[in-house]
Amino acid sequence: MNLLFPALSLRWIPVWRRNFLVWRKLFGPSMVGNFVEPLLYLLALGFGLGVFVGEMQGMPYSVFLASGLVCASAMNTATFEGLYSAYTRMAHQQTWGGMLATPLMVDDIVLGEMLWAATKSLISAAPILAVAAALGLVHGMNALWVLPLVLLAGASFAALALCVTAFARSYDFFVYYFTLVITPMFLLSGTFFPLDAMPDAVQWGAQILPLTHAVELVRPLMTGAPHSQPLLHLAVLTLYAAAGLYFACLLLRRRLMA
Amino acid sequence: MPQAASPTCNAVTARGLSKLYNGAPAVDGIDLDIPSGLCFGLLGPNGAGKTTTLRMLLGATPPNGGTLAVLGYPIPVQAREMRARVGVVPQQDNLDPDFTVIENLRVYASYFGLSGPALERRIEEVLHFAALESKTRAGINTLSGGMKRRLTLARALINDPELLVLDEPTTGLDPQARQMLWQRLRTLMTQGKTLILTTHYMEEAERLCQRIAVMDHGRILAEDSPAGLIGRHIEPQVIEVYGADVETWFNTHARARVERAERIGETVFCYAHDMRELLDDLAARPSLRYIHRPANLEDVFLKLTGRDLRD
Repeated sequence: MNLLFPALSLRWIPVWRRNFLVWRKLFGPSMVGNFVEPLLYLLALGFGLGVFVGEMQGMPYSVFLASGLVCASAMNTATFEGLYSAYTRMAHQQTWGGMLATPLMVDDIVLGEMLWAATKSLISAAPILAVAAALGLVHGMNALWVLPLVLLAGASFAALALCVTAFARSYDFFVYYFTLVITPMFLLSGTFFPLDAMPDAVQWGAQILPLTHAVELVRPLMTGAPHSQPLLHLAVLTLYAAAGLYFACLLLRRRLMA
Repeated sequence: MPQAASPTCNAVTARGLSKLYNGAPAVDGIDLDIPSGLCFGLLGPNGAGKTTTLRMLLGATPPNGGTLAVLGYPIPVQAREMRARVGVVPQQDNLDPDFTVIENLRVYASYFGLSGPALERRIEEVLHFAALESKTRAGINTLSGGMKRRLTLARALINDPELLVLDEPTTGLDPQARQMLWQRLRTLMTQGKTLILTTHYMEEAERLCQRIAVMDHGRILAEDSPAGLIGRHIEPQVIEVYGADVETWFNTHARARVERAERIGETVFCYAHDMRELLDDLAARPSLRYIHRPANLEDVFLKLTGRDLRD
């Protein structure tokens, strides 16, 4: 395997743009879903379940939940894009094969796909922020900082997903990753409830999950609660994105250039 | 369309080029010199190493041994620079199903960094060349197989390449669509472009290619012009004979009159320089049916690569 560091350049832009142009064709239906779904979650869980939960970490449950939904949505969107959509372009439509007959290289494709999936995270998370703000669940303009954070978190999850895609021989393979990695992370990263009541092992385990760090950064910005160790959380997310990109380039080079 | 620049060097120079898969050679130390400006055919049965050779030429997979230069660029080191000047028609269509005809061309051009009014003019040219002007805004899934192939060819020409690489360009096309594609490829040759194509179709190779390399088991078995291959490797006349008791007839009457013969199933292929005696003999035997024809590339191909079935 060629262990050289990825040769990154602005050649990712046409790859990103190609995916954007396809997405734009289906813009209408996908945006309706992006607004309606978080609205339903916030109304049903936030207000419905919230009545019984009462306060959580000193805030109404719907306020607590809104930031969790933003992060979970960023994760799910980037992961889905990096697994199923990327695999379709790699294996079924041979889109990447077409690109590799042009001056584009595997590293350009990987970076373009990662940044596109991060963009999709933003496209899905921003409406949640807007809906939450409209419902009065967001504390102040600082919450706009959530948008770049969602891009970073989306990039991390996308890079990890692309590493998994490098090994996939069919769509079924992704069920392992969803069941063994994404679902536990979805439930155990402080998205829907604080981890304080969980056993120590779970609390420690959660600290290695990128979603935990995304939630730790996003929640204070949306709720006005104080931040703790923001630089550490930023560093963990950045590390996941960088290491994920590195390995995704290596693994996909090995697969596509065999 | 503008003339391609005529480079002074070979389009492809390879020495001892090899590629291993799981320790077994898929391409086994081949030498290639493909001059600029002609159509070069790579022939061989399935698994002969044709596609692997093309993939190495395009920098899509690194060789395990040997040296390779395409359009003067060392490959794979300068694959990016080389690919900016090359067009590729892959074996399987990989057009973007989410885009219309013109969007496919625009998006593909963006991979080369092309845009603006010059690109729009180029798109008009290649659409005209591929006879797809009336389909500009059509979806890919509404196109026939022949139209998709022509669009793939148009897409490969978007960067006005000097070298065009085609992997089985007409496989799966009906005769009309194939003729139309051949005619387009001949036009490209008159414009001075270099063409490298793989094919199983001998008539395709014979009609289009000035030079042909026959490959099998990762090696080049012979390389020459089509006429040169036929002249050097095979007797000029062929009679195919089939019918009841063809084997008895062959053993008693034909064996001494031919230079070489082969049997496939119920048919005996007789090869010789002079067939007059054999034709007289066959004329008197209504139970045997036969075809008398000049030797062609298929005979050379079958002689060189054997007659066993490949999957």
